[in-house]
Amino acid sequence: MQRGVFVRIVIFLGVALAALIYLVPSLVGEVPSWWSSFLPAERIHLGLDLQGGSHLILEVKVEKAVENTVERVKGDLDNLLKGKSVSYSEMVRKGAEIQLKVPSASADKARDLIKSEFSNLVVVSSRADPGGVEFLLALHERELRSLREDTVDQSLETIRNRIDQFGVSEPIIQRRGRQDILVQLPGIQDPERAKEIIGKTALLEFKLVDEVHSVEEAVRKGPPPGTEILYGYSTRSNGAAVEKVPYLLDSRTLMTGEYIADARVRPGSGLEGPYVELILSSSGARLFERITGENVKRRLAIILDNRVYSAPVIQERIGGGRASITGSFDMKDARDLAIVLRAGALPAPVEIVEERTVGPSLGRDSIRQGVISFVVGSALVVLFMVAYYKGAGLLANVALVFNVLFLLAVLAGFQAVLTLPGIAGMVLTMGMAVDANVLINERIREELRAGRSPRAAVEAGYERALPAILDSNITTFLSGLILFQFGTGPVKGFAVTLCVGIVTTVLTAVYLTRIYYDYRMAARRLNRISI
Amino acid sequence: MEIIKPGTQIPFTRYRRLAVVISTVVNLSVLVLLFMKGPNLGVDFAGGTTVHAKFQQKVSIPQVRQALGRSGLEDSTIQDFGQDGSNEFLIRLEKTSVQLGTLGEEVRRSFSQQFGADRFEIRRIESVGPKVGKDLRQRGLLSVIVATIMMGVYIWFRFELRFGLGAVIALIHDVLITVGALMLANYEFDLTIVAALLTIVGFSVNDTVVVCDRIRENMRKIRRESLETIVNTSINETLSRTILTTGTALLVLFALFFLGGGVIRPFAFALLVGFFSGVYSTIFIASPVILFWEKGK
Repeated sequence: MQRGVFVRIVIFLGVALAALIYLVPSLVGEVPSWWSSFLPAERIHLGLDLQGGSHLILEVKVEKAVENTVERVKGDLDNLLKGKSVSYSEMVRKGAEIQLKVPSASADKARDLIKSEFSNLVVVSSRADPGGVEFLLALHERELRSLREDTVDQSLETIRNRIDQFGVSEPIIQRRGRQDILVQLPGIQDPERAKEIIGKTALLEFKLVDEVHSVEEAVRKGPPPGTEILYGYSTRSNGAAVEKVPYLLDSRTLMTGEYIADARVRPGSGLEGPYVELILSSSGARLFERITGENVKRRLAIILDNRVYSAPVIQERIGGGRASITGSFDMKDARDLAIVLRAGALPAPVEIVEERTVGPSLGRDSIRQGVISFVVGSALVVLFMVAYYKGAGLLANVALVFNVLFLLAVLAGFQAVLTLPGIAGMVLTMGMAVDANVLINERIREELRAGRSPRAAVEAGYERALPAILDSNITTFLSGLILFQFGTGPVKGFAVTLCVGIVTTVLTAVYLTRIYYDYRMAARRLNRISI
Repeated sequence: MEIIKPGTQIPFTRYRRLAVVISTVVNLSVLVLLFMKGPNLGVDFAGGTTVHAKFQQKVSIPQVRQALGRSGLEDSTIQDFGQDGSNEFLIRLEKTSVQLGTLGEEVRRSFSQQFGADRFEIRRIESVGPKVGKDLRQRGLLSVIVATIMMGVYIWFRFELRFGLGAVIALIHDVLITVGALMLANYEFDLTIVAALLTIVGFSVNDTVVVCDRIRENMRKIRRESLETIVNTSINETLSRTILTTGTALLVLFALFFLGGGVIRPFAFALLVGFFSGVYSTIFIASPVILFWEKGK
């Protein structure tokens, strides 16, 4: 018996020491390198609600990427049919499908061509009527699935690149569910700017300005076939008003931003503001040279996310792979633009579907208030327990101290994120942990009243109270698990502290206190107990 | 120290019919309130944007509203937040059609124009899209229902079916009372409230477990007595424990409610109400259900 007690005391002291070691990194912040080489360096992280920062969930509009692909396939199909001189009367994209109308005579040929040349297309339906055969074509299911996956993954990579360049320490960028991306930016000072950079599609296109038709007429009557109208914004000379300027453009995209090797901000000269210089990859430089060489004296529009930035006249063939985007932007705009151009375009637009931003001052207040309520709440419980149970209350309080120690150590070991609800969970654990001691002590009192010896009363008290203690903690643990499943962010932090707190509670409130009584029993000094 | 003297025999079960009537009336009125008025859903569940702003000078709600008018946001709900004199406001913007995330910037711009750029601070922005809100709403409701049923199944498994049934009815009561109190106190329902409800479900069932445990023990020990006497004895024997445990939990919750700050206050409020209701429901609902069950057979 004596031996058993001794062993348990040693084990508990060992665990307590380990817990203290686990807590050191969280308490001192930076640990020296010799420490982390053989001791745990994991620490409790503060959640965004405590340290400030932004939590964003972005939905990738994958359907848009599908439509873009279908549009491109439509272009290829058009080329193929024309090349093989198969005439068709109509070809339009409807959502993610292509509707193709072919005269009856060439229907079979068209069908064969699609089958042999476009393995990624399937004929959804074909309907024959006197005018010809109407095919409805769609992307293959397999193709669609991988396209959707790739779009989300690629968006994630692009966003990661942008955030890295923007400079945020310890960002979290994760895929969540089928088409959502979770972005967490701790300690960020300017969330609006971060959102701007993350959310920009940044699709850069070069298109020729159509100078055959009149812009005004196109605006009034709609653009002629093969052209489109996009707008640019120019600042009037007085600086204040911004004017919307229409451009009539050739729909064909000559080049996109994928050929950009680097983008830099250049300070402007004189009246000109800063501009962004693009350095093209070697294949991009060749392409750009060819485009400019073929279109001397024509205007080349530089378009970003369907907004025309400028449309300079090509004076001569441009070699060397350099181009520039001018426009009326200030230094910050230019820098942000360079970031998104360097990091590349998103394959599909993204939309913010959830945002939670907390400023640093609120986080500090929350920590202070959380700590104060923890201290006051615990003090109330501790005082009450001593007043009500005297010696046994004191014992419960010792268990409570170890409980907090173990709880924090486990959180540190798991590198758990401490949130405001998480702190509330710890405060609540303080209030609920003594339940086990209350159950035991009430039972011991009952047994003593029934005339048992202190020793028998203690043994019966622990034994009879245990099922109820376990049952009640298991039920709370179960609801904590459900909460963990359901919750996000801060609420998850609460679920974690609640569940970990239950485990440490059972360990300290039941087993630790029991060691004390067993020690006194073994030392034959349990003649009366203070309860 | 003792709160409940040993040997106390309060005839709780004698009042069970009265308790049933009162509880039924109260719960039905909560349900009526729920369906007539509906809970005040926060952005987590309804979608939309909440901006939490703090001003350096004294600012009134009409002044804030006037400033918001610069962006056409004057019909937002504006609430005083935090302690008196801290000049903090919660602004709930109803508009959700615009791209989320830009609304916060609009509020910032309006305030800069009205009060000056460094006279205020945007402390928190929460935006939730309508689709996410609907998803969270469904999952939140489902998790509370699943937790309640799970508690009942657990008690059925550990004790008997009638005990589990009593526990489930008691939990439904506690959740409804808490929901009703939140609605009356005009607190918004958000994710932390779901966390509170789940905690209430997990904690409130503890009392039921302890009483059931004692009932089972006493059923073996004193066979001669009627079930009603056994139930009543068991409630009385565990009464001081019930009061103590809930008492210490309420102590820390009062600390959280008064000192934990405005963000956590609705959460602490919900737990206070729920834990309190948990004591009542254990004594007057969970245990009598066992008796009614017996009679019905």
